[in-house]
Amino acid sequence: MPNILEVSGVEKKYPGVIANRDVSLLVREGTIHAIIGENGAGKSTLMKSLYGLIRPDAGTIKVFGETVNLKSPQDAIALGIGMVHQHFKLADNATVLENVILGSEPSRFGIAIKYGEARKKLLEIAKTYQLDIDPDEQLANLGVGERQRVEIAKVLFRGAKILILDEPTAVLVPQEVTELFSNLQELVKNGLTILFISHKLDEVLSISDEITVMRQGTTVATLTPAGTTKKALAELMVGGELPKPIAGALVVSPNSFLTMKNVSYSRADGREILHNLSLDLHGGEILGLAGVEGNGQSELIELVMGLLKANSGSVEVLGLDASVTHTKDIRNAGVGYIPQDRQRDGLLMFAPLWENRILGHQFAAPMAKGVWINKGAAAEDSKRVVTEFDVRTPGVNVLSSALSGGNQQKFIVGRELSGNPKLIIAAQPTRGVDVGAQAIIWDRLMKARSQGAAILLVSADLEELFSLSDRIAVIYSGTITSVLDPSKTTPEDIGLAMTGANH
Amino acid sequence: MRRSRIFWGAVAPIAAIFTSCLLMYIILSLRGESPFELFKLMVSYGFEPRNLVSEINLTVSYYLAGVAAAIGFKMLLFNIGIDGQYRMGAFFGAVVGAAIDLPAVLHVAVIIVVAMIAGGAWAAIAGYLKVRRGVSEVISNIMLNFIAAAIIAFLLSPKLLGSLPEGSQNVQTKPIPASGQMPTIKIFEGEVYSVFFLAIFVGVAYWVMLNKTVFGFNLRATGLSFRAARSSGVNAPGMIFVTTVLSGAIAGLVGIGTLLSDTHSYSMAFPSGFAFTGLSLAILGRNHPVGIFFAAFLWSFLERAGQVLEFEGIPPEIVIVMQGTIVLSIVIAYEVVARINLKQQQRAVGKVNAEVLAEVEAK
Amino acid sequence: MSTTTTPLTTFKRKIKPLVSSPARIALLVAGLLFILSLVELLTGFSDISSPGTSSATLRFAIPLLMAGLGGLWAERAGVINIGLEGMMIVGTWTGAWFGFLHGPLVGFIAAGVFGLLSGFFHAILTVKVGIDQAVSGLAINLIAAGGARYLSGIYFPPKGGDRTVSPPSDAFPTFTIPGVSPLLERIDGKNIFFISNIAGILNGVTKEISLVTIAFLLIVPLTSWIMWRSKFGLRMRFSGENPMAAESLGINVYRIRYIAISVSGMLASLGGAYLSLVASSVYREGQVAGRGFIGLATVIFGNWKPGGVFAGSLLFGFTDALRIRQNESVMALIIVAGIVGALMVLYFLISKKWKFAAFSIVAALLALLIYLKVDVIPQEFVTVFPNVATLVVLTFLAQRLTPPAAAGAPYRRGSE
Repeated sequence: MPNILEVSGVEKKYPGVIANRDVSLLVREGTIHAIIGENGAGKSTLMKSLYGLIRPDAGTIKVFGETVNLKSPQDAIALGIGMVHQHFKLADNATVLENVILGSEPSRFGIAIKYGEARKKLLEIAKTYQLDIDPDEQLANLGVGERQRVEIAKVLFRGAKILILDEPTAVLVPQEVTELFSNLQELVKNGLTILFISHKLDEVLSISDEITVMRQGTTVATLTPAGTTKKALAELMVGGELPKPIAGALVVSPNSFLTMKNVSYSRADGREILHNLSLDLHGGEILGLAGVEGNGQSELIELVMGLLKANSGSVEVLGLDASVTHTKDIRNAGVGYIPQDRQRDGLLMFAPLWENRILGHQFAAPMAKGVWINKGAAAEDSKRVVTEFDVRTPGVNVLSSALSGGNQQKFIVGRELSGNPKLIIAAQPTRGVDVGAQAIIWDRLMKARSQGAAILLVSADLEELFSLSDRIAVIYSGTITSVLDPSKTTPEDIGLAMTGANH
Repeated sequence: MRRSRIFWGAVAPIAAIFTSCLLMYIILSLRGESPFELFKLMVSYGFEPRNLVSEINLTVSYYLAGVAAAIGFKMLLFNIGIDGQYRMGAFFGAVVGAAIDLPAVLHVAVIIVVAMIAGGAWAAIAGYLKVRRGVSEVISNIMLNFIAAAIIAFLLSPKLLGSLPEGSQNVQTKPIPASGQMPTIKIFEGEVYSVFFLAIFVGVAYWVMLNKTVFGFNLRATGLSFRAARSSGVNAPGMIFVTTVLSGAIAGLVGIGTLLSDTHSYSMAFPSGFAFTGLSLAILGRNHPVGIFFAAFLWSFLERAGQVLEFEGIPPEIVIVMQGTIVLSIVIAYEVVARINLKQQQRAVGKVNAEVLAEVEAK
Repeated sequence: MSTTTTPLTTFKRKIKPLVSSPARIALLVAGLLFILSLVELLTGFSDISSPGTSSATLRFAIPLLMAGLGGLWAERAGVINIGLEGMMIVGTWTGAWFGFLHGPLVGFIAAGVFGLLSGFFHAILTVKVGIDQAVSGLAINLIAAGGARYLSGIYFPPKGGDRTVSPPSDAFPTFTIPGVSPLLERIDGKNIFFISNIAGILNGVTKEISLVTIAFLLIVPLTSWIMWRSKFGLRMRFSGENPMAAESLGINVYRIRYIAISVSGMLASLGGAYLSLVASSVYREGQVAGRGFIGLATVIFGNWKPGGVFAGSLLFGFTDALRIRQNESVMALIIVAGIVGALMVLYFLISKKWKFAAFSIVAALLALLIYLKVDVIPQEFVTVFPNVATLVVLTFLAQRLTPPAAAGAPYRRGSE
């Protein structure tokens, strides 16, 4: 079978990070080719390059043997490449047919849409590829799996020969996954090629014809399911050596500062995000939470902070029942929170730094004196944070938006660690931060630990998890699948656990 | 960096006023008038003592409307319901004021409180709909404005809460006795409402609340970033509701000056249009108590001074066009400035990132 | 700001359409008319189904319809047009002035052109410059109102000192369906139950209808066709539902919004011109009187569909017309409302929707109470009915409404 897609030597650099480095890929026509890797492996960047959303800095992409230069998604579509996004681009208040044909409507004189012709074409596609869709159904009435089929129909309608699916099973329940896979097999039977990005080893092994592993921005190996095992794949994904923990001796308090027992949480639309989740965190230890993003970490954190209410099970934070306690009371009890999205959840971008020092601490001393804000104390302490955490800023009256991402993060960490919190929720605490700053943050976290604080470290960075954690819990599909000892865990173990392949 | 912010912050309003003047110049010149002469006339007329006095009184009402709007704006709420809230406040203040009899200071205090409660309660309807049903406060407030006017017009009939004094065609509420009236200050052969001091108090209280209290911090935080405020422990939806009510309460005070120092009763002749004015002033004054004051004075000056144009055969309503243009120019200017600032920042961040990238590559 | 924001729900359950097939609608209308005829027979108040009322209804409805369609075009493309009021004022003034100078046809054309320009102005401000939609609308309202008064003072010849009324324009030709009108009158005269009532109503809308009215009414099906059957319409609707999705498929959302908002201004302006050229023959200061905002209300009431906007404008036009009719008519309507309420109670009890049944009982009892206790319905309440109705719909039916999902939300090209 000829190579329908050839990628060689592709490179893409962003400020502070090399997203793709010497990427090579050969995809044969009429196959399902999976690309696997953990967070930050560079899969998304590669897909965006293939779809014309970004332009690589170096390297070549050949489609059907011809070198191409993709400047926009329209170019990609014209070449027969179609992308099914992870976040659907659909309008609820329209029919399936309308959603599919938007932008490529068959029309009379360019004015009136030929709905009859469009409907016929869509039904033909549905029949050929055995896609179960009803052109006249209102999109709002469709479930997630059905919506994904509409997105697939969208690219097929435009004559796609290569389909790129970005983490397609992330939003599906097992039944819908089965339906999706049978659809994909039908597509391949008809000569289409599928590029399938995922981190779920089981699925990938069951459906693909070839698997390419990416790690740290580059492609490390291409194998067939028959010629490899889960363990081997997991090891390839994670790499060789894992760092040894650098924290000092473990002195754990008998008290549990955070207890989650059989917690289940479903979103408003009915999708279950967390399922029977339990974990337990004591003072004086760092519990790392490993897992690919999207497996329930954000919801877990929000449950602990009292921002969401669990549907069942119990969440106890420093002795308080998180489901009935206001977030501000949870914070006042001694919880520090370093949010994952620092600009949206951690800072007031258009406010000065000293006001950002108050954020999260405005309900108690020293930032507040009764009903009054204590500006003096805030400014004082901001200066302390700036010095201690080496925040590069001309002063504390500067707007936080003027600081670089790394410095913003340093400030937030400094803020959340002040006041000696008993429980610290640190989500991606060193994301986008330079090496020096990372060292400072790690140092402070370990200091807090040695002073008896309990730390929940949620991170996509395995190096960070392994360097700091006393125990590592792995979250997959909304539940804790294993709790590991970092000093005794091999790359395979963690890889398997994170990709759900070990049960 | 700070200096440039102040610079740009002042440039926008000045540029706006300048643009409007330019526009007026063009319009007037086209008619063969001499714009400079007319401007001079307006300025001298506007600063005449008795006109100055009525301008000050007008400024007070406008100022309160502006502060009410500003409170809303701090939470990204567009309180176009000031019209209805003001009427409710003035009306019920008048009715209750006429129905009770208390020693002077207490009497006035009660009227003020009633006016604030009436305005706040009316605004609460829109607030509730926004928080519980996600209904845009703009749409609901527009509807509520009309409904308020209708309810009051209905209640104002002689059979209900209104009365028809002899020789007058104008139905009013029963007059408020002397103990419920607020004195005026005789300046320049005119009478300035003592409500002036209430307005100053409101302005100061607004500023203090916003910048010095935890509540004010939470309010501003929610307006700056709903999510960050929520993560920090603020009850964001509750904040939205409270802010709406607060804004309505202040709006309820807009008519107090006229009510307690001038007419002593409410009638349909009470002026309207405070919503547009209040919103414009808050935008012009950048939600700052002093800025709003200057904007309010500018507005009342234009209105009063504009009257002299009539004697020159020019419809005074050109002043309204001028006001509209000022608002527009200001908002456009802010937007343009924001874009420039953003580009500057991005360039600066880009430079830093390039340095970091060089570091990474060197590894 | 958007009209309604769904509280955290992304995927709704099956949405039952608020109003189903045309057949059902026709049945409902017939049923209402039947009840009305009954009430008229029993009480002797026959004014409601008279030609006078129906023609007045139409006359009041058209400006609201145009404002509503203006609001619809803008909101379907994603922009809430608060400046409709100002654009209507532009229409009333330019229509009257140019109508006076060069005849009503030129008046309408002028109104259309100036309305288009004001809409385009609003579009540039909100789409290109990116200022807040409400602020832009506000400014336009101010400038239009002040501008109209200013220009009146300058251009209108003083008529006994009154510069707030324009000189009159000639009327637009009217149209009567030949043969039908006398026939309807005869049927009406015969006082046959139900048939005569319908004849009376129809007579009002077929006798001496201004050509403009007919033209404007045709805009409703035209709008419907454009929005659901044309390429532009589909893209416009997506600009209002999910502009990011449209952009990802190569659609220029900015350009679509420019066009839609310009059309919005044009329609509102034409509605204003109708006020000063057809509904009356002069421009009068304060003529628009909030109709631009009622236009926004009809969009909500009509669930963002042209047919719904039409129905809403008819309803509001009807209540507007009632203001100048006798009070007995209003009373008769209250009785009709009461009967309808009673029937709804039965319907809901049978279909076991207890909450709705309770509401209906309250409504029916309220109607009864008003009929028995109140002599005269205050005019103000009749005038403000559209506003109350809209608020009620927003409060209780928010879940069933389907506004364009991105209406009112700021949008910048390339943002994700």
